[in-house]
Amino acid sequence: MYRGSKEIEEKGRVDWFIVTMYLIFVVLGWVNIYAASFDLENAVSMFDLSGRAGMQLVWIGTSLVLAFVLIKIDTSFYETYAFVAYVIGIALLIITLIVAPDIKGSRSWLVIGPVRLQPAEFMKFIIALTLAKIFNVYNFHLMERKNLIIVFTLILLPLVLVILQSETGTALVYLSLVLVLYREGLPGGILFMGVAAILYFVLAIRFSDAQLGMLSVGEFTAIVLIIIFAAAMVRNYVKRRRTAFIIIGLALIVLAAGLGMHFFNLQVDPGLLALVALGLVTVYLAYLALRFWKKSYLYILLFVVGSFAFVESSEYVFNDVLQPHQQMRIKVALGMEQDLRGSGYHVGQSKIAIGSGGMVGKGFLNGTQTKLKYVPEQDTDFIFCTIGEEWGFIGSTVILVLFAVFILRLISMAERQTTTFGRVYGYGVVSIFLFHLLVNIGMVIGIMPVIGIPLPFFSYGGSSLWGFTILLFIFLRIDKGKK
Amino acid sequence: MVNDNKSYGKRRYVIASIVMIVLLVYIVQLFNLQILKPEYRNFADSNAFFRKTLYPARGAIYDRNGELLVFNQPTYDVMMVVREMKQLDTLDFCHTLNIDKTTFLQLEADMKDRRKNPGYSSYTPQLFMSQLDVEEYGLLQEKLYKFPGVYIQNRTERQYKYPYMGLILGYVAKVDKNKMAADPYYVQNDYAGKSGIELSHEEDLRGEKGVEVLLRDAHGRIQGKYRDGEFDKSPVSGRDLTLAIDINLQAYGEYLMQNKVGSIIMIEPKTGEILCMVAAPSYDPSILTGKNFSQNYLQLEQDPYKPLINRAVSGLYPPGSTFKPSQGLVFLEEEIITPETRYSCYGGYPPLGGRPACHPHASPLNLQPALATSCNSFFCYGLNAMLNNRAKYSSTIEAFEVWKEHMVDLGFGYKTDIDLPSEKRGFIPNSKYYSNAFKNDRWNAHNIISIAIGQGEILATPLQLANYTAIIANRGYYYKPHVVKARKGAPLDTLYSKRRESNIHREHFELTVAGMADAVTHGTCRRANMEPYLTVCGKTGTAENPHGDSHSLFIGFAPKDDPKVAIAVIVENGGFGATNAVPIGRLMMQKYLMGEVMPQDQELERTIASRVILPFAYRRNAPALRIDSIVTRVKDVQGE
Repeated sequence: MYRGSKEIEEKGRVDWFIVTMYLIFVVLGWVNIYAASFDLENAVSMFDLSGRAGMQLVWIGTSLVLAFVLIKIDTSFYETYAFVAYVIGIALLIITLIVAPDIKGSRSWLVIGPVRLQPAEFMKFIIALTLAKIFNVYNFHLMERKNLIIVFTLILLPLVLVILQSETGTALVYLSLVLVLYREGLPGGILFMGVAAILYFVLAIRFSDAQLGMLSVGEFTAIVLIIIFAAAMVRNYVKRRRTAFIIIGLALIVLAAGLGMHFFNLQVDPGLLALVALGLVTVYLAYLALRFWKKSYLYILLFVVGSFAFVESSEYVFNDVLQPHQQMRIKVALGMEQDLRGSGYHVGQSKIAIGSGGMVGKGFLNGTQTKLKYVPEQDTDFIFCTIGEEWGFIGSTVILVLFAVFILRLISMAERQTTTFGRVYGYGVVSIFLFHLLVNIGMVIGIMPVIGIPLPFFSYGGSSLWGFTILLFIFLRIDKGKK
Repeated sequence: MVNDNKSYGKRRYVIASIVMIVLLVYIVQLFNLQILKPEYRNFADSNAFFRKTLYPARGAIYDRNGELLVFNQPTYDVMMVVREMKQLDTLDFCHTLNIDKTTFLQLEADMKDRRKNPGYSSYTPQLFMSQLDVEEYGLLQEKLYKFPGVYIQNRTERQYKYPYMGLILGYVAKVDKNKMAADPYYVQNDYAGKSGIELSHEEDLRGEKGVEVLLRDAHGRIQGKYRDGEFDKSPVSGRDLTLAIDINLQAYGEYLMQNKVGSIIMIEPKTGEILCMVAAPSYDPSILTGKNFSQNYLQLEQDPYKPLINRAVSGLYPPGSTFKPSQGLVFLEEEIITPETRYSCYGGYPPLGGRPACHPHASPLNLQPALATSCNSFFCYGLNAMLNNRAKYSSTIEAFEVWKEHMVDLGFGYKTDIDLPSEKRGFIPNSKYYSNAFKNDRWNAHNIISIAIGQGEILATPLQLANYTAIIANRGYYYKPHVVKARKGAPLDTLYSKRRESNIHREHFELTVAGMADAVTHGTCRRANMEPYLTVCGKTGTAENPHGDSHSLFIGFAPKDDPKVAIAVIVENGGFGATNAVPIGRLMMQKYLMGEVMPQDQELERTIASRVILPFAYRRNAPALRIDSIVTRVKDVQGE
């Protein structure tokens, strides 16, 4: 971003742009926590320590001290002690698992006297640091098997521990670090397969009821997508445009044949047609793989077959592997259930609260839905409701845009790092913030299933604010010290 | 350690694109929720706002002298929010409300039964039990903290100072589905007037409900007023009504009419105000309030004497000889007769072989003595002469239509538009009616001659007779009769303040009045003669009917030259007009105009009041019942 002489001038300075945004976020968060926890009957001052806003002020104050300290520490300290931190982190997670009391079904809190800490929160920046350190080794290539194993183990070990603590949301945050891996060379195909898998799953579940011949609408659409994906892959990886056209052509011929038969008053099952088309594509790919003896064809063939298997098994997985409350959350997110009193209560009420905000909102402290506690967890995971209700479309859009600017700035900062360590850590920060925003706001506005993770800087809570502050300010320190 | 891994550098754009896509999708969804879907706002409002209805006090009702008749007393309904009820101590609850467990379960089942209570919801207050009195309320209020989810809703209940005129005042009860559908003002469990003045003046009396907008949290707990009551609306009390009725006169009339079926109506001719309206049998209005409403209502409904029918406005009777003055008026107006025209009578109407029969009197007669002696033949001759007058009318049918128009001008055949519900219009046939009945147009006066003497097809309500008497008393004009004299804070409907004409010349009325005065001084209603204290004009009626003995009728007004009151009395199956209706008329006019009953009439008063005349038509339906007093018996219900 900064080039030439300006870069030299800027060297050694804290990125005040991000620091300013950070301050804006925590202040807005504090104000909204006051609004969200405002009790009509006994309103306390924003500074009263017996209230949530007052306590958040304490967390903000301590976070600022923390930030100051983090900036003062030398970058090499973070590099040197990354592994140590990781080992301590894992140890803490294990201890937590053993000694943590059950708080609302979660066993993730470490209670030491009056202080309650959530080690899983701090594990986020520790994993990011550790990844950065590993990637920083000279001539490190992610796609070497040994490296892949190390990297995935690094991520999956704490992930499993946190799942055991019943903090699925936080576990998914760790998984978001795959985005870092993507930036560092993980084939895009893997990322694409992840997206494709989610797409197939959503299609198979959402449209499992409507039938199209022998297949459900979901299965039918998924097969159409698989064929298109296969053609696109052939075009991209084998660079044979003609073969791609042949694949699409095969599908179209089958479709045309079906329509033709229909025209002659012959009953054709559209489901069967799709299966025939898919079968033909599979056979054709197998033929190509054998004929040209090329790995690419084999992979594409595997993708097609695997995709189909995934589609066919996702309904089974959904119904028989997932817990009923998880099924319900997904159904609510997919708009298949409206049950406002049951599982859909959270989302239903939060949509009502946001929706009732209108264009400009009801104004500070005037939100009825959040004040009257219709929205659960309104000052933690559902804090965005208060923003939506009291500041309306304009206010919530402003917050969204601010967050987007924040993340884009972090991306550009990560890219300007002179060390792999800095860049990888920077992308770790980007991934974690992006995932939090994606899931938290998505859940509150009813696009994502309910996964309990906080909105950075806004949700009430010491652990979460400290966690995000540490995550961010270590990066600011690294950025400041870049050569 | 140098950052040499630039080969994947452009992937930053993929990641940045993901950020932008997420941003875009989320903004679209926000737009969708906040701008495109107004239902969320409504949803939020019904979520958070608890609109507590504030019930206004229903208007009070006074009599013409400012005597309070109907007022309100606080009463309390027990409401339940089922969702909020946790482990109700049923035993204690039942004990507090003084009900047994079976009743409790029944009430609970009724409350939850969506057929009986269509608006049932476990989240909103539902009526569990209505109309607690002050003592029961006190007991419950004390223990209310023990019963979460139980609330008390204040309401008012009608209270009556006198046990009279239940039919005129009407009663108040819960609104039914039709009423709710017709008028969005009403909601489930609201009360509204169901009969009498309570119904006809419902919109005056009910006032306007207020509302208090309260904030309610997710648990249904009230968190206080919304914006300090900015959107609250105070209830507006109902309008007080002042009746034209004199409660003393009314009470006296009901006393005289006890154990009889019929009615008394007295009108102030100069204003059309109803001074009293007795419909017997009636009931004590206070029995149709409170918890025993259903039980008492059922009993009244099943009573063979039909005490829920206001016979004064909806009873249909042949007017008999009381109809004759109207005939005289029409004949004079149409110049069929002159005051000197004489017709002879030989104990009956000669052209039809002495039918209808008549009683002995001097013959031939002109109009004035014909009215005094109530000669049937005179009016039959008159009608025959009118319908056969081809010099004036081209046909019988045309003549008959003219006759009918005059009857309508005198208030017959159509509703008088009194401010009471369920009024009937009576019956005055038109020519088509007869053409249909005879299946041709060749019918003549002799086919229908009995209408000349108020028999045959003619039917009138007691109110129409009283109104027509008032027209005679006024010598030609009238005001539509009404029971409500004034509404507090609003003028009376112009319907009742507009003078109306009968389209008959005043001199014809003078002659008719003279005839009616003669009837009192030396004719058929001598028993109404109160000379020298009062100059009364009157006309008796003895209406033959298919239900047994003739109905006893009397119409009259007094004083003759400056009429202050017009009256119509009907005693069903009371025999000759002179036997029952005339003495009742005498006593009523005396009571009203002289303030009290003269000592020499007190014997008559006792005789009349103790007379029991129970029409067979009703007795037939209840052969086993031995009835001493209808009114008393109905009153007993209250004591049960």
